[in-house]
Amino acid sequence: MKSILRLSVNGKPREDAVADNTLLIDYLRDALGLTGTKQGCDGGECGACTVLVDSRPRLACSTLAHSVAGSEIETIEGLSHAGNLSRLQRAFHEHLGTQCGFCTPGMIMAAEALLRSNPHPQRAQIKAALAGNLCRCTGYVKIIESVAAASATTELSA
Amino acid sequence: MAALSDFRLLRPASAAEAVRLRGEYPASRFIAGGTDLLPNMRRGLVTADAVIDLGRIAELSELRVVDDRLHIGAGVTLATLAADPVARARLPALAQAAAAVAGPTHRAAATLGGNLCLDTRCMYYNQSEPWRDAIDNCMKIAGDTCRVATKSPRCWAAFSGDVAPALLVLGAEVQILGPQGMRNLPLSEFYRDDGMAWLSLAPGELLLSVRVPLADGWLSAYEKLQIRGAIDFPLTGVAVALRRTGDLIGELRIACTGVSSRPELIGGLDALAGKTLDDAALSGIDRQIRRGTQPMETTVISVAYRRRATPVLAKRLAKRLWAASA
Repeated sequence: MKSILRLSVNGKPREDAVADNTLLIDYLRDALGLTGTKQGCDGGECGACTVLVDSRPRLACSTLAHSVAGSEIETIEGLSHAGNLSRLQRAFHEHLGTQCGFCTPGMIMAAEALLRSNPHPQRAQIKAALAGNLCRCTGYVKIIESVAAASATTELSA
Repeated sequence: MAALSDFRLLRPASAAEAVRLRGEYPASRFIAGGTDLLPNMRRGLVTADAVIDLGRIAELSELRVVDDRLHIGAGVTLATLAADPVARARLPALAQAAAAVAGPTHRAAATLGGNLCLDTRCMYYNQSEPWRDAIDNCMKIAGDTCRVATKSPRCWAAFSGDVAPALLVLGAEVQILGPQGMRNLPLSEFYRDDGMAWLSLAPGELLLSVRVPLADGWLSAYEKLQIRGAIDFPLTGVAVALRRTGDLIGELRIACTGVSSRPELIGGLDALAGKTLDDAALSGIDRQIRRGTQPMETTVISVAYRRRATPVLAKRLAKRLWAASA
């Protein structure tokens, strides 16, 4: 059964007919073509599908699309503005926080939520905020360094 | 993982409406954060023709102090609970247990009610359908024997919620709404020692809230063992609450999770009241925990390790609280 889902995705209001049993990740990837959000373990254990719902990190693979009706959803595609990388994207690029890249969108969205609530986190706070995100390349040191570097810069765009 | 089966999603705005809908759709399920239920549905462990989303019910998100008790709506997220100043200052075991559940992204969605009603877990049950079919399933789902104890008439799946043991040692009470109206229950009576029917909720009942006494003079703590530092369910988890009277134990309460089909409030600790926390008392704690819990082969980590580690955790916490209260 489908019903109308109204929400905002990366700042744009949307109105779509969505089946009741649709997961947020399938809505984003299949209906909207926002394939930056990755499907990793697909069972809530790896964090690759992390998106922001009203600025808080959520696992899109374990969230029903209709349960976030009326919310502001942000995905990795919404972070860059006018062709400029966000500070986290730039820091991951410059500090080699990305290896194969599969966990990166989830890592960046979880880190984005952290920096919004705590602009200058300590290393332990970065580790705690990313504790739900797995990197199978095991590049955690570079990821934490990237987030720390981003927190030391001020946002130029946006 | 498989796609979700087809169901109708209902989004009531009040608890009374949610209970009414639950009666109208007998094969329905309540959903809150969904971090456990949705993966379980996709593994075919849970089926429902209607899913009742509790996320719009404002009364379930209430968190406030009422008459020297902390009233926590069942829909309060674990992240909110872990950060709550009253819980952190006066009910540390509760805040620590909420912060110990899974990872930060789970806790942003997962709720207190969901963690208290968490489905029991077992390595023969929390598997994909082809995996389960290959061993002819188990009695908790579509089979007829318990794979952990093949001659046992009952299911031994382990209760693995982190928050319940903390609330047990803090003397919490739950408020339940059902078709017959409201009822209150001590949390200890909310659970049953049966992996297939671990809650005493009657059909159609909804957990509304938890009330925790803010009694003076108590110290408390929660700690769990897990394979990794985050995300994992407890291999064993222990909550301890201590009230010290001068140089002696006033009252000591211990509850465990992950090592029985229900969170287990350890009995026989009354004998420690009026004594000091010496080696004899610590041996008593060890003995009562071994007597009161029964870890089974529900995880890939051995029974022997969990059986030995549980009293170690409890004694460590008891000693820490004892020192802090001096």
